[in-house]
Amino acid sequence: MKLTPKSAPHTHSGNSISSVMLHVILALLPATLFGVYLFGLPALFIVILTITSCLLAEAIALYLACKAIKPHLLDGSAILTGLLLAMSLPPWAPWWIAVLGGFFAIIIGKQIFGGLGQNVFNPAMLARVALLISFPLEMTTWVDVHPMFSNSSPGFIESLKITFFGIPNLDEISSASLMGQVKTELTLNNSVSSTLLSVNYSPMSTSIGFISGSIGETSSILILLGGLYIMFKRIISWHIPFTMLLTIFLLAALFHFIDGDRYADPFFHILTGGVILGAFFIATDLVTSPNTKLGQIIFAIGIGIFVYIIRTWGGYPEGLGFAILLMNAMTPLIDHYIRPRIYGRDRNGNPIQLSEKSE
Amino acid sequence: MKLFRFRGGVHPKGYKELSSELAIEKFPLPKKLYIPLQQHIGEPAIPVVHIGQKVLKGDLLGHSYGKISAPVHASSSGTVIDITDFAAPHPSGLSLQTVVLQTDGLDKTAKSIIPLNPFDLTPHETAERVGAAGIVGLGGATFPSAVKLYEGVERKMDTLVINGGECEPFLTCDDRLMQERADNIVDGIRIMLHALKLDKAYVAIESNKPEALQAMTLAGKQYAPQIVIVKVPTRYPMGWDKQLVKILTGREVPAGKRSADLGVIVHNVATAYAIHEAIRYARPLVSRIVTISGDAVALPKNIEVRFGTLVSQLLDYVRINTPEYRLVMGGPMMGHALPHANLPVVKGCNGIIVLSQNIASSNTSQSCIRCSQCISACPVGLLPLEMMTRIKKGDYKSASEIGLKDCISCSSCSYVCPANIPLVHYFNFAKGELRDQQLNQTKNEKTKKLAQAKQFRLEQIEKEKKEAAAARKAQRAAAKAKKEALKAEKLQSKSESA
Amino acid sequence: MLEAVGSVTTLGLVLGSLLGYASRVFKVETDPVVEKIEEMMPGSNCGQCGFPGCTPAAESIANGDADITLCPPGGKMLAQELAALLNVELDLSKLVDEEPLLANVKEELCIGCTKCFKVCPTDAIIGAPTQIHSVIKEVCTGCKACIDVCPTECLIMQPKEETLKTWHWHKPIAEPIAA
Repeated sequence: MKLTPKSAPHTHSGNSISSVMLHVILALLPATLFGVYLFGLPALFIVILTITSCLLAEAIALYLACKAIKPHLLDGSAILTGLLLAMSLPPWAPWWIAVLGGFFAIIIGKQIFGGLGQNVFNPAMLARVALLISFPLEMTTWVDVHPMFSNSSPGFIESLKITFFGIPNLDEISSASLMGQVKTELTLNNSVSSTLLSVNYSPMSTSIGFISGSIGETSSILILLGGLYIMFKRIISWHIPFTMLLTIFLLAALFHFIDGDRYADPFFHILTGGVILGAFFIATDLVTSPNTKLGQIIFAIGIGIFVYIIRTWGGYPEGLGFAILLMNAMTPLIDHYIRPRIYGRDRNGNPIQLSEKSE
Repeated sequence: MKLFRFRGGVHPKGYKELSSELAIEKFPLPKKLYIPLQQHIGEPAIPVVHIGQKVLKGDLLGHSYGKISAPVHASSSGTVIDITDFAAPHPSGLSLQTVVLQTDGLDKTAKSIIPLNPFDLTPHETAERVGAAGIVGLGGATFPSAVKLYEGVERKMDTLVINGGECEPFLTCDDRLMQERADNIVDGIRIMLHALKLDKAYVAIESNKPEALQAMTLAGKQYAPQIVIVKVPTRYPMGWDKQLVKILTGREVPAGKRSADLGVIVHNVATAYAIHEAIRYARPLVSRIVTISGDAVALPKNIEVRFGTLVSQLLDYVRINTPEYRLVMGGPMMGHALPHANLPVVKGCNGIIVLSQNIASSNTSQSCIRCSQCISACPVGLLPLEMMTRIKKGDYKSASEIGLKDCISCSSCSYVCPANIPLVHYFNFAKGELRDQQLNQTKNEKTKKLAQAKQFRLEQIEKEKKEAAAARKAQRAAAKAKKEALKAEKLQSKSESA
Repeated sequence: MLEAVGSVTTLGLVLGSLLGYASRVFKVETDPVVEKIEEMMPGSNCGQCGFPGCTPAAESIANGDADITLCPPGGKMLAQELAALLNVELDLSKLVDEEPLLANVKEELCIGCTKCFKVCPTDAIIGAPTQIHSVIKEVCTGCKACIDVCPTECLIMQPKEETLKTWHWHKPIAEPIAA
């Protein structure tokens, strides 16, 4: 009888994919709940719709691929993708944006590549960018803050109407996001500082979150806290977030120093456009970021550079999605060339030479 | 003492408290001992006894064969009742040639040579005696210790490192040995220093063994600065000898070479103890300390066991308290899962761990999420996730290009993998396939040469046959021609005379 | 809109033809693969594949006329190596034997006729007239030439015995795919 013996190790650390995903989702919850508070029930519907369509898309794709559905759905990766996508959508977006986004993210962004662990691009970012290019109007329709439990917040029925039938009185309610406004004003030759003054910009309220934008753009402080939580849990390391934020900061500082009127100050760049969300939760996505620490640093520098270039000289007000996708494409290349040095070998992989010592 | 950087590694739960306070007990003499003739790396020992022969404890059962080999001795007195194939303590369940000894209960030792002063022996003599005592690396690697000492005789070494790491969870045999028999270990170290002509030995002990550190420091104090006790951080796999070399000396052993090539000899503390026993009292290696532990064991123990004792007898002694368990020889990180308990204890068996389903790793795995925790955990600096992907596709060659051959199978990567992928299993499989391919290639070359040689030989035979036939034909033709010529001559002379 | 469609289509056609032209003109000549294949084969010219020897078999594999699983003595290992070399899919179901088989003499039936070692291409059988013959397993390539000539049918093909030295870990079983 041929035995199939069990291989070492015979014990395990207890790590699991679902626990990793769960911790990341937990880290995002405070910011999500705050965002729902800021923008009311329509934001909640969008979050629910995105996550549900992601799960549905995953189930359909798994069924078509003849894979076991339940264990894959339960590992939490589809829920996380849905949550991240929802955090980058306009909070009062129509329902079909959420559904399309969810399906695109999972089916085109993940399952076509072979499922979990096989995708090249971050699925949430891929879906966001696809939606942005295909439906620019709906994806740039931002609204001002309408805190829940206040008079301006829409009630339940009204919220349903907003999500499923569109925003009433669109011209009156919609407002540009902060970044969008600054960029538009620059084309009208109004300096950055005058624009910021006119909207009563204050770094403190921006970081707490009382600005218009997507949920992920608003509360920088809560997202930062969430990011530090998963760093503390050793799910991500400091290399990507720190390097990316530092790169953007330094580039912004350099250009702000050169011409303060044309180029916004570094803190503005860090606090707006969902950069902190991107740095801690999107760029650090385990599947699409490089494996080695040095590779991660290079990756983060690249994202920082692209974000700044696209924001300042590109056509879109915020370039996080594009920057991340571009660097995701470079990840296999980075992984191929940047490898740790093996014990007993030099950087080229040859055994180290014993020095000729006469004892 | 300044310690150098340690890369990678994991912190598995130690479970050492289950047995670290328990003093070493002696296991009662079993009725039958099953002593395999290969308990070491290298060529198996050749049996020198025959069935029915009476032996005393310490008598030679099999002598070593070849340069890398070790002899095997009788663990007790009795009669050899069989020399046969018996199941080896190996996951495959395959068998080894084994001497079955029926003990007579007297445990009589063979007459030993009067112990000499070990420091009067030459290094060569010391190495010889260590070899004759059958001492092998008792940390689990079972590399014949005499070979290392001979290398020290041929080439000058510069450092001796004694490995008291014992980084595997559950195992406490080295810990107890250091606590209880520190003086003997220090004596063994001094004998080794004398054999290697060195004057300093570093004894590396993990920081989670404070009593052992204390005991060894006390024992080594009178010989300072010869014996230096070094406290190393507790991290798996601290006991990897190349890692210790790097931490203590700052130098790395080049890939493909051993630490001896760097001038550093590494021995386990239990090996040092065995050398002390062999050189001082001429006692060959016939028993060792084994930790029997695990969460499925009611009474964990550290027992001194004779080689050849069946694992089933040990398990009865400690009582297992769960119906479903996994039996592991060694530690849980690198040990072998045994198919059943009817297997003998051998020189490399430093622990028998019985794991319940709560601790034992499960079989289900998911797809790799490229979290690179395995890369952070690998002490060698490899890319486990990349190697695994290539091996899965069957591309063993490219897997070895990124470092498969340097993998020490420490299982740190599998331990941390969130997807529970059996990474080390893939690597062991691939190493086996590559070895098979290599053997196949060698065999192909050999058989091709043989086939060509046979072709050549047949052609030669054909050629010789033809030449011989031609020669015979020529001879016959020449003889015929001669006959004709003679005939013609005779006729002519006849006609002339007429 | 028509201009957009037309211009992109034209661009696609032009670039596509350029690429096709380049792939023909700048084609890289590969090394002769026949020699590499032949090196991998057992070299005993046993003929079990249907070809008169290992060289013609290697040529047929290189041409694509023969399947890479054709060599019984080479077995699974040779098929895997050929699949890796030629970058083709390996269909293990076409293999005749799962593992290479080696000849073995049943000593009680051997009459010492010497017919078998005369035909063995690698001289793997030792013996002499009226002495019992034996097969040296390390050298036998499994070509079955001896089986055909043995008058008492005492030669049988057996899979190689697995010992502790030859054993290695099996491939881990991948995650099962549920329908």
